Amino acid sequence: MSDHPMRRAVLETSDVTKKYRLEDVEVNALRGVSVRIREGEMVSIMGPSGSGKSTLMHIVGLLDRPTTGEVVLEREDVSRLSPNALAELRNRHIGFVFQAFNLLPRTSALANVELPLIYGGAGGAERTRRAREALERVGLGDRLGHFSSQLSGGQQQRVAIARALVNDPSIVLADEPTGNLDSRSGVEIMATLQELHKQGITVILVTHDDRIARHAERIIHVLDGRVKADVQVTKRVCAEDELAQAADVDAGE
Amino acid sequence: MNFGESFRIALRALSANKTRSLLTMLGVIIGVAAVILLVGIGTGVQDEVTGSLEGLGSNLLFVIPGQYNMGMDSGGPPSRYFTLDDVDTLQRRVENAAAVVPVMQASATIKAGNRSMRVVVAAATEQGAEVFSNEVAGGRHYRKGEVQAASRVVGLGYTVAQELFPNQDPVGQQVTINGQRFSVIGYYASLGGGMAGDRDVQVYMPVTTAQKLFGMTDLSMIVVKAADPDEIDVVRREIKRALLPTFGDEFTVFSQEQTLGILADLLGMLTYMLAGIAGISLMVGGIGIMNIMLVSVSERTREIGIRKAVGARTYDILSQFVIEAVALSVLGGVLGIAVGWGGATLIGRLTPVPTNVTPWAVAMSFFFAFGVGVFFGVYPAWKASQLDPIEALRYE
Repeated sequence: MSDHPMRRAVLETSDVTKKYRLEDVEVNALRGVSVRIREGEMVSIMGPSGSGKSTLMHIVGLLDRPTTGEVVLEREDVSRLSPNALAELRNRHIGFVFQAFNLLPRTSALANVELPLIYGGAGGAERTRRAREALERVGLGDRLGHFSSQLSGGQQQRVAIARALVNDPSIVLADEPTGNLDSRSGVEIMATLQELHKQGITVILVTHDDRIARHAERIIHVLDGRVKADVQVTKRVCAEDELAQAADVDAGE
Repeated sequence: MNFGESFRIALRALSANKTRSLLTMLGVIIGVAAVILLVGIGTGVQDEVTGSLEGLGSNLLFVIPGQYNMGMDSGGPPSRYFTLDDVDTLQRRVENAAAVVPVMQASATIKAGNRSMRVVVAAATEQGAEVFSNEVAGGRHYRKGEVQAASRVVGLGYTVAQELFPNQDPVGQQVTINGQRFSVIGYYASLGGGMAGDRDVQVYMPVTTAQKLFGMTDLSMIVVKAADPDEIDVVRREIKRALLPTFGDEFTVFSQEQTLGILADLLGMLTYMLAGIAGISLMVGGIGIMNIMLVSVSERTREIGIRKAVGARTYDILSQFVIEAVALSVLGGVLGIAVGWGGATLIGRLTPVPTNVTPWAVAMSFFFAFGVGVFFGVYPAWKASQLDPIEALRYE
């Protein structure tokens, strides 16, 4: 359980604050957050609703800019960039996995995964090849032409993961990825994310669920807009083991 | 993202909502079809009128009372009309004239047995055939003696002869015009359909007879035929000099070309007006596009959020929705051109109304439809492009 001191930081926030107005009430969503995400890490950001966890995720995911403080992605200060510049950085560096899957309706799995490549400028044959590879990587090589409505929740979330991976991002940002899934599918998705992490991909999990959070190596606890604790996970949950146990229980019955 | 991608995304979005897309396009289809059809009719009529007037020959000058200003408002009726005395003056004073023909036109009711119809009486002298350029199909034209004697003889236009004397020779028959009995001495060949069809419901008689019939001496105009077409400007000057002492500048001399020009201008103006009215319906179609694009943007807020999250820039979203609107309007435009063209062709074939769809009208309506798509598509697309990705992703 080392701090991986040799690994470089992929993303770092220093003293980030975020204020916004909500119907004339000023909300201090973040009150000075400094976190460092290193290359190849699997980190959970955890906190109850209203803790500022979502706001932090938006800033880490470059969907939003901090009111004050700095965000450095791959050694570049991105805290003051324009929305269009942020869009280009998201395209290259961030892969999103959402609770609600957020696939395009009436669109094939392949076309959904191709989406980031379209905006990245990859053309025709190469785009299709990379999208197919990403879908094969999450075990959906035989579902390329299926529409989201023809896929189970777990499969839809896999398509979303493939979409997140397809541009070789610096960070895969998963926001409550199991929130809309039954427990079995949830465990499978966590196994997929852990497998990707094993392959060297940086994964950030955002969740309010302690058990999901403990699939990561490290948990950043957020409360009232501040980092309350930043701890290494001592008893890490291994999704593969859970699947094996479940299989044993099924076999024992 | 390149244009081809945007175009494919737009087409996919439109085909996902086929009924809605088609109904939205209908506004543009109707607008463009109306423009093509109405301009086609306007152009066709203009061509026909110009063509039929060109048959009159280029050595005629038309002298009408009052001041006319090239088809513009004449400023009320003329204060004084021409009479046969003025014709005499012109015959004496205009040396280069081959003929000076008084023309009187008025409407009347003609009866034969139990059949009757409204006609235009076109009265002149025995040289009238030069002015009306009509061709005798049976019988004869009235003669000089009949003009001098104000005989009650009449020549029937083609339609009049057909209506009053179906399947029989009108020559030698008796008709009643405004209650007075006339002998039919001839009838004329058809002057063609379309606008010129009006001239087939004319009847022709000596100007002296018409003066008695209508109880007035005023002439509609005097037509002067130049002996030599090259001398037409000399003749014009002679006419002006001859009439100046009695009329001052209260008369106007038109040449054939000027008449054509005025008519062409008038019909052109009419065509533009029709195009303008049809253009308004195209604008309404554009508002329909804007409306449906606004609905589409709000329905697809989440899609916009997803696209932005994975890297779509403002420009990408903007162009996607503008292209969608333009695809709607251009597709509607192409269908509208097809419908309008087909309609114009049918009208040309099945009715006497002439039509002519010019490439110019087709190109104009195509680009206008394109412009409508851009104009009415930009605002919804701009709204879409300005959405905040976080808000958009949260949208239910």
